[in-house]
Amino acid sequence: MSEKFDEIPMAGNIIEPGNAMKYKTGGWRAQRPVHNPENCLWIKNGTCGRCWIFCPDMSVRLVEKDNSRSYEYDYDYCKGCGICANECPTDSITMESE
Amino acid sequence: MAEPAAVRLKDMLQKDQILSAGHRMCAGCAAPTVVKLMGMALRGPTIVCEATGCLEVATTIYPFTAWKIPWIHVAFENAAAVASGVAEAMTVMREKGRSEYEHVDVIAVGGDGGTFDIGFGALSGALERGHDMVYMVYDNGAYQNTGIQRSGATLPGQETTTSWAGKVEPGKRQRKKPLAEIVAAHKIPYVATVDPYHYRDFVQKFRRALEVEGPAFIHAYSPCPRGWRSDTSKSIELSKLAVEVGIHPLFEVIDGEEWIMSSPSKNLKELKPLEEYWAFQGQFRHLKDPKWDDFKNQVQDQMNHDWELLKKRCGIE
Repeated sequence: MSEKFDEIPMAGNIIEPGNAMKYKTGGWRAQRPVHNPENCLWIKNGTCGRCWIFCPDMSVRLVEKDNSRSYEYDYDYCKGCGICANECPTDSITMESE
Repeated sequence: MAEPAAVRLKDMLQKDQILSAGHRMCAGCAAPTVVKLMGMALRGPTIVCEATGCLEVATTIYPFTAWKIPWIHVAFENAAAVASGVAEAMTVMREKGRSEYEHVDVIAVGGDGGTFDIGFGALSGALERGHDMVYMVYDNGAYQNTGIQRSGATLPGQETTTSWAGKVEPGKRQRKKPLAEIVAAHKIPYVATVDPYHYRDFVQKFRRALEVEGPAFIHAYSPCPRGWRSDTSKSIELSKLAVEVGIHPLFEVIDGEEWIMSSPSKNLKELKPLEEYWAFQGQFRHLKDPKWDDFKNQVQDQMNHDWELLKKRCGIE
């Protein structure tokens, strides 16, 4: 978005959907979630995914490619709330101090 | 062709999310999860109209927006009025051939302050006029955005900055407004209560709300770790507990007459004691004092009474 006053869209509309991505909220974090793939049901058989469903900051990335699954956190946005660790049925996520 | 609702994980992963990361809701707030699940139920082009509230303020701090779908905010009291205007405008534009879409869904979202109290008149009016829209309230139990003031959705015994607990008062004394029941009394086609923990139930109900002709209402429970003084990681667990203790029973009402209890509530053999729900939250800390025992029993009796009444309405003995 332009910062020049005469280039701002009419009525202050924001015309770029989801441009909040430019604002990184990862700095808010006091504890970081760490994933252990050993017992994770997503890595094992592609089910569960509760951490992804409940994450309020869309910071869990579940990727499936050619039958192999990977799991990662987007630490740029994760605020370290710990919902994923609390909801994990196999206790595969632990919170560690930054 | 309408997109199917994403209920299974595989479908959810394929579906476009409607809220991006980088929004500035507090850590552990359940409202973005509620919006995420709402997005899973969408069937095509959608416009969201939002009342002032945490979600509105924190997702759209200028010049950023976390929303990936068309979104409009006007004022605190008129989300329902704006949504009804948008719904009618889209109908007229289609008739005049100025809209390329066959159908556009309109969703109004309000917090509990903007719905239970301030926007209640506009909501009631929109329901009476019968516009084809869905109104969703995310209920976090107080005006959390402006500094945790009590609202019509605040629970009895809850401490807020305008219902302090102390020597004389145990927090708010009055009951919570039974909004879903009040809305159901408008005889609108569909009313449902949902919570983020039971996410399949949430998505299915929201989809049904979109599909009915005419107004529909969704009451979503959304724990707030800041205002409730609870641990940020417990938000989703608290929404599950709220169902189990009976504070937020899950049910549907069709045409204001047919009451159906949803399985998470129906499968409960009996309610858990409210103490279990209070124990997690600093806002109920004062109730540990034995001098409030009478008050606590009174609240518990009220809860049991409401639960029996709801079961009777839903035809469960």
